Amino acid sequence: MLLEIKDLKVKAEDKQILKGLNLSVNPGEVHAIMGPNGSGKSTLARALSGHPGYEVNGGSVTFDGRDLLAMSPEERACEGVFMAFQYPVEIPGVNNAYFLKAALNAVRKHKGLQELDAVEFMQLIKSKAKLLEMDQAMLSRSVNEGFSGGEKKRNEIFQMAVLEPRLAILDETDSGLDIDALKIVANGVNALRAKDRAMIVVTHYQRLLDYIVPDFVHVLSGGQIIRSGGKELALELEAKGYR
Amino acid sequence: MSTSTDTIEQLANAEYKYGFTTDVEADTFEPGLNEDVVRRLSAIKHEPEWLLEFRLKAFRAWQKMTEPTWHNLKIEKTDYQALSYYSAPKKKPALKSMDEVDPEVRKTFEKLGIPLIEQQFLAGVAVDAVFDSVSVATTFREKLGQLGIIFCSFSEAVKDHPELVKQYLGSVVPYTDNFYATLNSAVFSDGSFVYIPKGVRCPMELSTYFRINAKNTGQFERTLIVADEGAYVSYLEGCTAPMRDENQLHAAVVELVALDGATIKYSTIQNWYPGDKNGKGGIYNFVTKRGIAHANAKITWTQVETGSAITWKYPSCILQGDNSIGEFYSVATVNNYQQADTGTKMIHLGKNTRSTIVSKGISAGRGQNTYRGAVKIAKNAKGARNYSQCDSLLIGDRCGAHTFPYLEIKNTSAKVEHEASTSKIGEDQIFYCRQRGISSEDAVNMIVSGFCKDVFRELPMEFAVEAQKLLSISLEGSVG
Repeated sequence: MLLEIKDLKVKAEDKQILKGLNLSVNPGEVHAIMGPNGSGKSTLARALSGHPGYEVNGGSVTFDGRDLLAMSPEERACEGVFMAFQYPVEIPGVNNAYFLKAALNAVRKHKGLQELDAVEFMQLIKSKAKLLEMDQAMLSRSVNEGFSGGEKKRNEIFQMAVLEPRLAILDETDSGLDIDALKIVANGVNALRAKDRAMIVVTHYQRLLDYIVPDFVHVLSGGQIIRSGGKELALELEAKGYR
Repeated sequence: MSTSTDTIEQLANAEYKYGFTTDVEADTFEPGLNEDVVRRLSAIKHEPEWLLEFRLKAFRAWQKMTEPTWHNLKIEKTDYQALSYYSAPKKKPALKSMDEVDPEVRKTFEKLGIPLIEQQFLAGVAVDAVFDSVSVATTFREKLGQLGIIFCSFSEAVKDHPELVKQYLGSVVPYTDNFYATLNSAVFSDGSFVYIPKGVRCPMELSTYFRINAKNTGQFERTLIVADEGAYVSYLEGCTAPMRDENQLHAAVVELVALDGATIKYSTIQNWYPGDKNGKGGIYNFVTKRGIAHANAKITWTQVETGSAITWKYPSCILQGDNSIGEFYSVATVNNYQQADTGTKMIHLGKNTRSTIVSKGISAGRGQNTYRGAVKIAKNAKGARNYSQCDSLLIGDRCGAHTFPYLEIKNTSAKVEHEASTSKIGEDQIFYCRQRGISSEDAVNMIVSGFCKDVFRELPMEFAVEAQKLLSISLEGSVG
């Protein structure tokens, strides 16, 4: 098992959001987490990535046999936990490619691999950009600065392609995307599905799941998973709502 | 999210790397300032009568002046009678080669990493090192001499080239200019002098390293650079000081003269001791820097200010000649209890004069950073243009950034643009970087470097690298 969450309890700003959540994820699986607004979907994503604003006050999370909660955010990232942000931040003045090189080399260093030099790195990102049909001009712009909503989300998926995580958490990746942008992003995600890579797709709407077809669907409500099923559960929710 | 604000505070606790003192026997005046001290100072340096006169006129003017209060700084009152106005390493001079320099002094420079050996030629740097008040050694003078370039200590210039010094001293910063410049004019001890002859392009970067060593001495250096018609020179100035509990005063004057078609690039990395994390000690840095650009001349000031408890400086350009150009690129960092009030003045007198101002202020800890800039376009300055950009970056929530741009435009054909922004290194930016595997400290450095990019690219290569390093040292501990 890659990820095992047991009875996870998380507080944010003194409010108990997750109240005993259980979830197991195997390599190669895609899990969708659905649920109404405020049910704790994004809290789960942020708690898993180690956001300092979220306090874990119960339960355990094991990642590949190790205690994930004991690791700093950067350590989790280096171990292969990647989160595609719902609202990717802008970092003015920091070149996108430079940022990604720093990230990739941090991860490689952690793994005991040699850091890539500029030439090797450029070759790598060129091939990844091709895979995701990314405009190369985006690489020389500042991180997310002035990007459209669609460009930001694509950039997240692009980073994921370069960093090759073992667990990717997509936090409301579909929010704010029109249908064309959604398709492009979904195609990128699908291209990155692999048997040694798991994904947790957090979404409010079923429509994303038309393009990224999950193996499992979970309904999160009131800080707990109240139902789990196959991909058809998403369709049922779409028809009947969360109640 | 108070935990995350704490992390930001933590990076603010770096130790000052250059805080060592050197034991050298020194000739130091008793504290106090009066006409007699000025005369003694002049006598000890065997100065000509005209220079003593200059000093005395300045001293008399200074006695009637008071410290400016228009700045945005909280300053403890300086007792000017408690300072000593001269300190020189005792085993003094007439040095013929580097080997003759006091070994202790040389060790200090080695710790600072200044290449005082001849190999530095390969690096293309000629250094004039100012240790307390007396210039210790000047390298490569001979090499430069073959091109007619004069690069020596100010005192030597007074002896060897009195006509040039007499002509230009006080021509850009008059002895009545302001409280600190006037004090400097009365008691300046040494500094650097550069003259580039007509049409000569100085083949290497000229560099001066200043260091304040003795206790209770104010350092008052005086730099004068004259680029004759069509000449070119790039000058680098670096500054450090040992750690002391008490505040030390530094009041320098730099004058640049760019004659027709000449170019002067003046780059500074200022890393004086900033005081400890509780705001104790540190250098009070009151500097007057100004250049005059004649027709088609260009003056570029680039500064990276990371040190000093207090920084008060406004490197300025008088664009007197038609088509002359003035530029000011600045990065000023304050951390802990540091305060900076810095900026520039661009005074457009000639036609089609152009100026560019790019100021990047970074505030961390409880630091207070003020940009103060003036753009004046005179009545006859037809077609003058200015572009100003002032950006502030805040780290943490206890620091401050302030911007005071003054515009005075008396010619309707002028084009003046001003852009300003204030941003904060957000916890969300840092978290974003961390989620990608980059540590908080590396994230802050990356964001700060990105913020300063426009200024760093104006610095000569080896200086740019040093600037980047200094910046990350001075912000160490501001995020954890």
